[in-house]
Amino acid sequence: MPRRRDARDLKPPPFQYHTPATVHEACSLLGSLEDAKVLAGGQSLIPLLNFRLARPKHLVDINGIAALDRIYERDGGVAVQALVRQAAVEDSEVVARICPLLSSAITLVAHRVIRNRGTVCGSLAHADPASELPAVLLALGGRVVARSARGERTIAADQFFVGVFETALAPDELLVEAWFPASRQPSLILEESRRHGDFALAGVVRADDRLALFGVAPTPVLADPRDPARGLEPSGDLEATPDFRLHLVRVLADKAFAA
Amino acid sequence: MNVNGVEHPAPIDPRRLLADHLRHDLGLTGTHVGCEHGVCGCCTVLLDGEPVRSCLMLGVQAEGHEITTIEGLARDGEPLHPVQQAFHECHGLQCGFCTPGFVMSVVGLLARHPQPTAQQIEEGIAGNLCRCTGYASIRRAVSRAVELRAK
Repeated sequence: MPRRRDARDLKPPPFQYHTPATVHEACSLLGSLEDAKVLAGGQSLIPLLNFRLARPKHLVDINGIAALDRIYERDGGVAVQALVRQAAVEDSEVVARICPLLSSAITLVAHRVIRNRGTVCGSLAHADPASELPAVLLALGGRVVARSARGERTIAADQFFVGVFETALAPDELLVEAWFPASRQPSLILEESRRHGDFALAGVVRADDRLALFGVAPTPVLADPRDPARGLEPSGDLEATPDFRLHLVRVLADKAFAA
Repeated sequence: MNVNGVEHPAPIDPRRLLADHLRHDLGLTGTHVGCEHGVCGCCTVLLDGEPVRSCLMLGVQAEGHEITTIEGLARDGEPLHPVQQAFHECHGLQCGFCTPGFVMSVVGLLARHPQPTAQQIEEGIAGNLCRCTGYASIRRAVSRAVELRAK
């Protein structure tokens, strides 16, 4: 028999739930509400809510917005809108043709079941320092488009990632689109993780002659391929010591540039 | 929302996770809840045919969508779904806690790759944890499910 509804079974902390139907409506909500978070795929935000590590007063769920799930060719690259699931990018012929680096990086993001729901723009906005897609955007010199009631602006990848889980997005801005330049050969992503689909202990993205690192600094960082570990001070945890992370960076960068 | 072919109202409280809504409000306790943060895969269900974590969705987000849980694969008295039959034949379970999640993930995997390679099988079940560590049997069960589906 179904049990009676029980407060103990409500894992997320209290929030006001908003379901805008348009980008315009989402932006006016973000502009007027205090302490609001955008809910897209939810594969990072909902775990934080379930553990009550995040306690936003308002959730602005953008999943009901129509026509925000396109992948399309633009300015010699590929644009990915805010509601495009990672699985759609993985299966996209446009992405495979224009930016195969993004296609291969996507397969390292968690597992297919997570990618069925998780979004590319959500990964970028979440800005986990150990995640792949921010480093791919940085290595390629991509950009994101942020919209608010005040207007629209484009933010370059090297200006976007500000700190651990922190971006240049203002509280009233919605990341509506990410733009990845075409990846030229040789481009590849390499990472070391304990198990397939886990967050990387350290990883490297090579885009032609550019190198970006992830998992070794508060944000993804560009590095000199000849001396990739210079100036890095990675943190240590149960999974890897700082020295081991530096070692991984050198080995993975060597491999990436030997290819 | 439509759950296993039956229309149900969405939960009243937006804080209700889809997994908890299925279990506690609809009594569909076949969907298991393990880690509650998307790592273990026990709560995997199909959302419009694609496997997703029901602990990482709010119940209200399923409004207007079709959900299939383990109970929806084969009704009482009906023959088991080929993936369930394969897990049964190959002993793809020990304690069984992870099984509903594995089965739903494999249903999704085989819908996408009807003839999966060994690597596709491994990646297809990599997002589910079995604490009895029955992975070798589970892998065999996936291969057997491929055969059963082809029949």
